[in-house]
Amino acid sequence: MKQRTRAMLALEDGTIWHGYALGAIGERAGEVVFNTSMTGYQEVLTDPSYYGQIVVMTAPHIGNTGVNREDEESHHPWVAGFVVRAASPYVSNWRAAQSLHEYLAEHGVVAMTGVDTRALVRHIRTQGAMRAVISSQNPEPDRLIAAARAAPSMNGLDLVPYVTCAEPYHWVEGNPGEWGRGETPAQRGEPTFHVVAYDFGIKRNILRLLAEHGCRITVVPATTPASEVLALEPDGVFLSNGPGDPAAVTYAVQAVRDLLGKTPLFGICLGHQILGLALGGKTYKLHFGHRGGNQPVRFNDTGRVEISSHNHGFAVDESSLPEGVEITHINLNDRCVEGLRAPDHFAFSVQYHPEAAPGPHDARYLFRQFVELMAQVRNRRSTSNG
Amino acid sequence: MPRRTDIHSILIIGSGPIVIGQACEFDYSGVQACKALRREGFRVVLVNSNPATIMTDPQMADATYIEPLTPEIVEKIIERERPDALLPTVGGQTGLNLAMKLAENGVLDRYGVQLIGASPRAIALAEDRELFKRAMLDAGLRVPLGETVTTVDQALEVAARIGYPVLVRPSFTLGGSGGGIAYNESQLRDIADRGLRTSPVTQVLIEQSVLGWKEYELEVMRDRMDNFVVVCSIENLDPMGVHTGDSITIAPAMTLTDREYQRLREMAKIVIRTVGVETGGSNIQFAVNPRDGTPLVIEMNPRVSRSSALASKATGFPIAKIAALLAVGYTLDEIPNDITRVTPASFEPSLDYVVVKIPRWAFEKFPGVDPTLGPQMKSVGEVMAIGATFNEALQKAIRGLEIGAVGFGAFAGKRLSPETTPEPSDNDLRIPTAQRLFHVANALRAGWDIERIAALTGYDPWFVAQMRTIIDLEAALARYTLETLPADLLREAKENGFSDAQIALILQPTVRNGAPYVPTEMDVRAYRKALGILPVYHRIDTCAAEFEAYTPYLYSTYATSDESAVTDRPKVIILGGGPNRIGQGLEFDYCCVHASFALRDLGYETIMVNCNPETVSTDYDTSDRLYFEPLTLEDVLNVWENESGMRNSETGTPVPMLVQFGGQTPLNLAKGLAAAGVPIWGTSQDSIDLAEDRGRFSELLRQLDIMQPESGMAADLQSARRVAQRIGYPVLVRPSYVLGGRAMAIAYDDEGLAQYLHEATQISAGQPVLIDRYLEDAFELDVDAVGDGENIVIGGIMEHVEEAGVHSGDSAMVMPPYKVSAYHLSIIRDETIRIGQALRVKGLMNIQFAIKDDEVYVLEVNPRASRTVPFVAKATGVPLARIAAQAAAGKTLAELGFTREPPLNGFFVKEAVLPFDKFPGAAVFLSPEMRSTGEVMGHASTFGHAFAKAEMGANQRIPTSGGALLTVNDYDKGAIGRIARDLVKLGFTIYATRGTAAWLHQLGLPAIVVNKVSEGSPHTVDLIASGKVGLVISTPLGSRAYADGQALRSAAIRYGVMLVTTLTGAAATVSAIKALRQKELRVRSLQEHYRLTMTVENNTAVTSHTE
Repeated sequence: MKQRTRAMLALEDGTIWHGYALGAIGERAGEVVFNTSMTGYQEVLTDPSYYGQIVVMTAPHIGNTGVNREDEESHHPWVAGFVVRAASPYVSNWRAAQSLHEYLAEHGVVAMTGVDTRALVRHIRTQGAMRAVISSQNPEPDRLIAAARAAPSMNGLDLVPYVTCAEPYHWVEGNPGEWGRGETPAQRGEPTFHVVAYDFGIKRNILRLLAEHGCRITVVPATTPASEVLALEPDGVFLSNGPGDPAAVTYAVQAVRDLLGKTPLFGICLGHQILGLALGGKTYKLHFGHRGGNQPVRFNDTGRVEISSHNHGFAVDESSLPEGVEITHINLNDRCVEGLRAPDHFAFSVQYHPEAAPGPHDARYLFRQFVELMAQVRNRRSTSNG
Repeated sequence: MPRRTDIHSILIIGSGPIVIGQACEFDYSGVQACKALRREGFRVVLVNSNPATIMTDPQMADATYIEPLTPEIVEKIIERERPDALLPTVGGQTGLNLAMKLAENGVLDRYGVQLIGASPRAIALAEDRELFKRAMLDAGLRVPLGETVTTVDQALEVAARIGYPVLVRPSFTLGGSGGGIAYNESQLRDIADRGLRTSPVTQVLIEQSVLGWKEYELEVMRDRMDNFVVVCSIENLDPMGVHTGDSITIAPAMTLTDREYQRLREMAKIVIRTVGVETGGSNIQFAVNPRDGTPLVIEMNPRVSRSSALASKATGFPIAKIAALLAVGYTLDEIPNDITRVTPASFEPSLDYVVVKIPRWAFEKFPGVDPTLGPQMKSVGEVMAIGATFNEALQKAIRGLEIGAVGFGAFAGKRLSPETTPEPSDNDLRIPTAQRLFHVANALRAGWDIERIAALTGYDPWFVAQMRTIIDLEAALARYTLETLPADLLREAKENGFSDAQIALILQPTVRNGAPYVPTEMDVRAYRKALGILPVYHRIDTCAAEFEAYTPYLYSTYATSDESAVTDRPKVIILGGGPNRIGQGLEFDYCCVHASFALRDLGYETIMVNCNPETVSTDYDTSDRLYFEPLTLEDVLNVWENESGMRNSETGTPVPMLVQFGGQTPLNLAKGLAAAGVPIWGTSQDSIDLAEDRGRFSELLRQLDIMQPESGMAADLQSARRVAQRIGYPVLVRPSYVLGGRAMAIAYDDEGLAQYLHEATQISAGQPVLIDRYLEDAFELDVDAVGDGENIVIGGIMEHVEEAGVHSGDSAMVMPPYKVSAYHLSIIRDETIRIGQALRVKGLMNIQFAIKDDEVYVLEVNPRASRTVPFVAKATGVPLARIAAQAAAGKTLAELGFTREPPLNGFFVKEAVLPFDKFPGAAVFLSPEMRSTGEVMGHASTFGHAFAKAEMGANQRIPTSGGALLTVNDYDKGAIGRIARDLVKLGFTIYATRGTAAWLHQLGLPAIVVNKVSEGSPHTVDLIASGKVGLVISTPLGSRAYADGQALRSAAIRYGVMLVTTLTGAAATVSAIKALRQKELRVRSLQEHYRLTMTVENNTAVTSHTE
């Protein structure tokens, strides 16, 4: 083993967490959060929703399967920092193209290993998510603590501009089937739909799954006004996941308000929160959030429980929602709202991640539900027109 | 939705005796199910033949039947109890098969009993390989491809379609003989040709070979709302080809990407739905091709299993308990998670630690058995360890095995050197054996590449790379002496699971007082503590710390924060028995669990330390606190210091410890613990030593005027001969300080003695052998008693059915003694009390007696829990272990109300169950070396019926008519006459080998002469194969004679014919046959039995009894 460079994580509450450098040497500030997924670190790293966050993985061995091309959720990692118990010294997987360390270093991600992550997670659990600085560059406690305290708070922070696309684009990667080699719905002769997807930090697996369900997708920047979206004549609009405080993304809330009732809407994560806000609800910050792949969510329509993938630090306040909005999904751990539906507006959304990546696939039916909603609306229109 | 209200009473079937492949885990699952269902208000009826279980304690169920697990007997129980439902999924394969038989033969329908937890259709689908495969293919899942063919050409055609290599499995041959792997066409021609000729039906299965593929298991649960969760993923270190019970396994899976893992999860969901397991847990096995990730479904168990017990312990998610609740109608989201209290059971545990399980084998007990690991499980126990990382867990598991290993490839007393760490051969790594893991250590030391080792072993290279870091650290440590060892390196070593003893072996010697000095474990410990490098305790919480854990289920690790939250309540630490092995198993876990309950009832906080994942003692709600730790001096002292508040300081409150309930394991630690200042409860260390030290013990017996067989000790052949001549042959020889009669033998002459000593020198190098007079034809008895330091009360006296010379663990036993005079019993009672008082026994004591020629001899005294304690407790209804634990805590027997030997009503027979069927090639006979894995109990009002039930429970089929084959040694011929006469009277046709037949003819008894195998066909084995005999009585004598009858006895085992290898056993069998012919077997629950016994008691004598 090579000589280890010391690294440090300083929290705004003055606690210091020791470890060794991994990935890039440097210093970054962010909000420290933890993720309890036992697999899928690569998907976590490349999920734009983690922008501005230092992610602590609770699973002890990270990097075992290296990094590969297919499992990226965007074109590069977004986390502000990455903290693990034991980074793997060896890569073992038939798809691996690179080691985690090389990947992090290549993309300038400052990370650390050898940390008592359980103690850190228990600290975050009791004290809440907070600002922090990770450093492998001559780390000194006092300097880092001061820097952590100087970092911006997540509350009220609009991070979408940092992760959204600059220009609209078409999602061409069909990628249906398990490894991207299956037939497309069009090839199977199934109906297709044009979906405009707001990119608040969209994950590729959402696009892959929409495509697999017969959607032609136009991805648009977060600031695209409703009129421009409607001009594209979509069968439905998708509101993506993304980082930061939803209440700060006022332009998107406005756009969605303008879209309500005009086209079917499906939101995930930040998209769900934005839909909630557009419907007149309020959002609030959770103590330390939900991040992991094992959360039980009940779908009230069926009473069935989905084991689901989560990544959210904010949630929609149930009591703030107006009449006509139904709560469809709740989290059985803390009873927070995980899904809502506004039937009058052909709109629904979930707080968690049916696209998984990483996590269980129990909630994939939501994509089918979106397609069915679009088909329904299209049929209604064609009947009313004809 | 709440639980079902249409059912009120539920029958639970246990798994019967401990056998290879079915061990304590089903006591654990049964106990969980009983507790959960009774708490829900159901009436629980339980049947299990195994008396050593906690589940058969009368307070665990409303009606407890310790009866043979046969359809006929269970039908009688159903007839009496009329349960509404039967839960077949918590009693292992035994429970499942029995439930299926009851469904198939119409018993369940006849009595209106519903199967809950798994339907007959689901069970059939999961159990039938062909049906299962077809169902999987229909559901769109991949399974190993294969087809049955009848010609070589067809074989080639199939192979061309599915691709090489292929497995060739001939149909209907024993143990897969005649098969093989073909890597190309020309090999396939040969192997298929051979296989077709071997198969009696000229059929071979050509199957895609998945040998060497990665093997995974998912432990899953489903409820009637179709909610589905994966409790745990398990990765096997040993690839496909080694039974998962014999594989080293790791949880959670370490080498899967999320995509690959989720794919297995999705497949598991389809499997459980397709098979149709509506509620409960299942274990689903997959093979994954390491080259392209192709996943195949291999099999599923529609019930709780050994793996689910492991998964429960590994995650804190109690699968069996939840399966039971799901079976009565609850859904996962209605069941709270005990550990977090605020979250429901409808979630998937997230682990922030690593769990490693290593099997423990007992090949040393079965010379002649092929030690290669393969598709049939051979291990007898397992150890589980928890660490923050794989390396930490691996090394903890290794030292928890108690095989002399103190770490990865490091053995106590063997300093690392080229001699102690020889470079392995390719085959050492290629062929899976118990030692392979340690060969890997030596390969790494020799500098082999990770890839080469991975290719040979089939281990995923990730694990080999982790092991490499252990060996690298070892090399780094080896550069230092204790004085120069840097703190950082020591800390890193501890974080990687190195034990103090292991570090002591690796470090260079220092110089003390001018002489080289090798540091000891305690030296390293002192140095480490001085540097403040101390373990902390983390909690198993199911959720990776996302929620607070209310259950103190703890493991040690080297990290920064401690979560043990030690209390200042009065408390006691109980040491468990570690991994199951022959001679130490379920019985001791039973005692530990009782001790825990008993002491909790006295107001103590009970703290369990154990590392056996199968057990009830390691259930997180058995004791107040559970430390899942190896039972080594270092790990136990760490727990003790932590609980005593002495982690960082010398001043604390030393917590007392109970070491007499977990068998030899904790007792072996007692000296070291006492030396470190641990207060040991119960019988004093000096008394333990007095009983174990042969010199001191002989002196004590001389003082007490109690007879003991003459004996001596010898370190070499010459002195051994002298001792033997003084005592007179035959003699019993054994190494000093061994467990379970390990390597014990009878020598009949000088030659036999010389041969033994030659072998024994390998067994315990440098240790002297003990030589005792062998009491031929003696009766042996076992006595279990309890003392409070002053008074001794006998719990039970058992007579061995087999004569002296058969290990007490392998002998059938009966209570009350049926062939011992009241006079001898009174001597035994008197001597028991005097010895107990002399040793000031506080707690349990076991004494073995022998009666020969009207003299009573003491063979052995053990001031600790014995294997027979649960049996005595079940027979008498007196919770002996509980009383003993409270006596050890300082209560007097008078205070505990235990002042006289409990009365017995009827006969209770304990029979041992031996694993010969699992070990073709093992010598089939009973000897002083214990080889049984488990036990069963039969009870009835006559000895014959009780013995018959015990034999049935042990899977022996007692014939009541037909043929009997007799072949006895000259020595036994005198006594066979009576047995033969009785059999003839009962209408049996007697077959006998020449010598035996001649003897019977002389007595005027009819006997058909059969050739010995060596005399040519048709011989004894042919006779057995023909199905004409239902009973074989074959008594070997001396090591050479054993070989002659081996083929015969193996054949009896193979064809399931009742085999008796001692004359006393034969006589008992004849009693059983007589009894069965006279009267049908009846069943009675323990609760009813105890009630009747008490009534009888009260009516007959006692008027002065006051409470």
